[in-house]
Amino acid sequence: MGNPAVQLTQVTKAFGEVLAVSDIDLRIEDGEFFSLLGPSGCGKTTTLRIIAGFEMPTQGDVLIRGRSMGQTPPFKRPVNTVFQNYALFPHMTIEQNVAFGLEMKKVDKAETQRRVGEALEMVRLPNMGKRRPHQLSGGQQQRVALARALVNEPEVLLLDEPLGALDLKLRKAMQLELKRLQSQVGITFVYVTHDQEEALTMSDRIAVMNDGEVLQVGSPVEIYEHPTSGFVADFIGESNMLYGTVYAVEGTEAVILVDGTVPVRAHTDYDLSHGQRAGVVVRPEKITLGNGGALLGRVEEVVYIGTDTRYSIRLTDSTTLIVREQNGNSDQVRLYEAGEEVSVGWSPAQAIVLVD
Amino acid sequence: MASSSTTPSTQPVTEGHPTSRVSSGFASFWRQLGKFLLSGWALIFFVFLYLPIVTLIVFSFNESRFATEWSGFTLQWYGELFQNRLLGLALRNSLIVAFSTTLISTAIGTMVAVALERFDFKGKLPIDALLFLPIIIPDIAMGIMLLSFFALLNQSLGFVTIIIAHTAFNISFVAVIVRARMADIDPTLEEAANDLGANEWQAFWRVGFPLLLPGILAGALTAFTLSLDDYVVTFFVSGPGSTTLPVRVYGMIRRGVTPEINALSSLLLVASMILVVLSLALQRRSSRLNV
Repeated sequence: MGNPAVQLTQVTKAFGEVLAVSDIDLRIEDGEFFSLLGPSGCGKTTTLRIIAGFEMPTQGDVLIRGRSMGQTPPFKRPVNTVFQNYALFPHMTIEQNVAFGLEMKKVDKAETQRRVGEALEMVRLPNMGKRRPHQLSGGQQQRVALARALVNEPEVLLLDEPLGALDLKLRKAMQLELKRLQSQVGITFVYVTHDQEEALTMSDRIAVMNDGEVLQVGSPVEIYEHPTSGFVADFIGESNMLYGTVYAVEGTEAVILVDGTVPVRAHTDYDLSHGQRAGVVVRPEKITLGNGGALLGRVEEVVYIGTDTRYSIRLTDSTTLIVREQNGNSDQVRLYEAGEEVSVGWSPAQAIVLVD
Repeated sequence: MASSSTTPSTQPVTEGHPTSRVSSGFASFWRQLGKFLLSGWALIFFVFLYLPIVTLIVFSFNESRFATEWSGFTLQWYGELFQNRLLGLALRNSLIVAFSTTLISTAIGTMVAVALERFDFKGKLPIDALLFLPIIIPDIAMGIMLLSFFALLNQSLGFVTIIIAHTAFNISFVAVIVRARMADIDPTLEEAANDLGANEWQAFWRVGFPLLLPGILAGALTAFTLSLDDYVVTFFVSGPGSTTLPVRVYGMIRRGVTPEINALSSLLLVASMILVVLSLALQRRSSRLNV
């Protein structure tokens, strides 16, 4: 052991002139639920296909359990894939679909039958074995695709936006189901998604990708609370970006002068120098209104969204803040009105300085 | 409805009622008429198409030698047909040609379709365009071209030349039909098979081929029908002893249409229709399978 389940070393993939993936290093640990998250066209699916062996990297190498994959074709790799459109074989029954991998490995009939039964049981689809894929609902087809992959007991299961085609409610249910399955079988999952909420809910760790590069790798909490780039801060959840120059630094706390007029306190992990350009990220839910905050703004818009109220506060001519306040006990709610002046504040530890 | 007329406020409604009923009556009249005319038109169309065929079949059972009068029912012509040694020979020749052609053109046509649909290579576009040429080229041009080609090669005319000629145009038909089927098959299916441990060969035979099979069979049936029915091209490239059924029949017609020919045409018609229906059924079945 000791080897990571999957390791990508300086992997680059070019399609003609276009770099789909450029110089990626990743280490996916054994038993992890690892997500590749990014907007469409960011290279996450290509990365998954490189691990599966459908694409060969232009440069670099993929190691699975420490073994170099080089030019190994997909059918010789100890991984299985759940495809976005499920790719169930329409001319075979559910049982035949699930048994396909075992048949290719020449597992004997009795054992195949037992394992197929177990796999269908595991995805909660017993008694469906004799049906054909088109007789099943989208959610059921999804489960068959999972069973067909998991029955082979792969070292790594690759999932390419497997819940993309399902409606919201079913998707939520399948997210929990996938999480349950993963902890049950203990197999490493590499999960591709463009849905940040899905990634945050399910993953042990997330790699945020954009333009073929990995921008940040970390746990959901790290990614959300300590984004290292404006893109990550913006892509994961909602965030306010304030731009300005460094005014003062005291240890890990800095004062950034936003738009040359508004001093904002924020946490920094960087060595900053006076006058340097910098950005500050603050999550809308970390900001409090009233309570004698250090800044003054004017309420521009109030949107009531059930559990929360969302305010848009103009701080300076070029800067507005989005603020989310939870609607707790109705007596305690003080709804601000549009046009009202309000003080705005946050704990300096909740705001993060970014430099480009 | 009637009670509402008592209050003045609803009067416009009651006044409007009869007029709207009249107009809807008119509308339904026109709709009825349109329906009637349309179905009448369809009927005329089908009569136009099928009347000659029906006449042909009816007169194949006519006792009289002449197609101008009906003198009673007989199976005599069918009997004579089966006694005709030359026709029997021609039918045998036709079947030999049709089976060989179907086998060769289906194999090559399918490979062409797979290559064009699955792989990218230099010159794909021109090949793709050239594929349609044998379909749109006039039969007579094709016949003359092939004849001069064989003459150039000093190839004596016979089964070989007929089979080559039929294969030449049938490859295109098979390739086009198989390709249409192939475009409907999700390429990730074979990827999924690879992912589950099947090599390229296994993936094709276990997944690609079974899904393609209805298209291949439809292509084969089309090739068989076209080969069996072809007259023009065959006329140019057939030699002594290799006369096919359509060529033989044409030779007989030159001496006048006999009831024997009516009987033969009826049989050919029924056989062709069965093949066409089979081919269509296969294509429909396959498109349903992929939902």
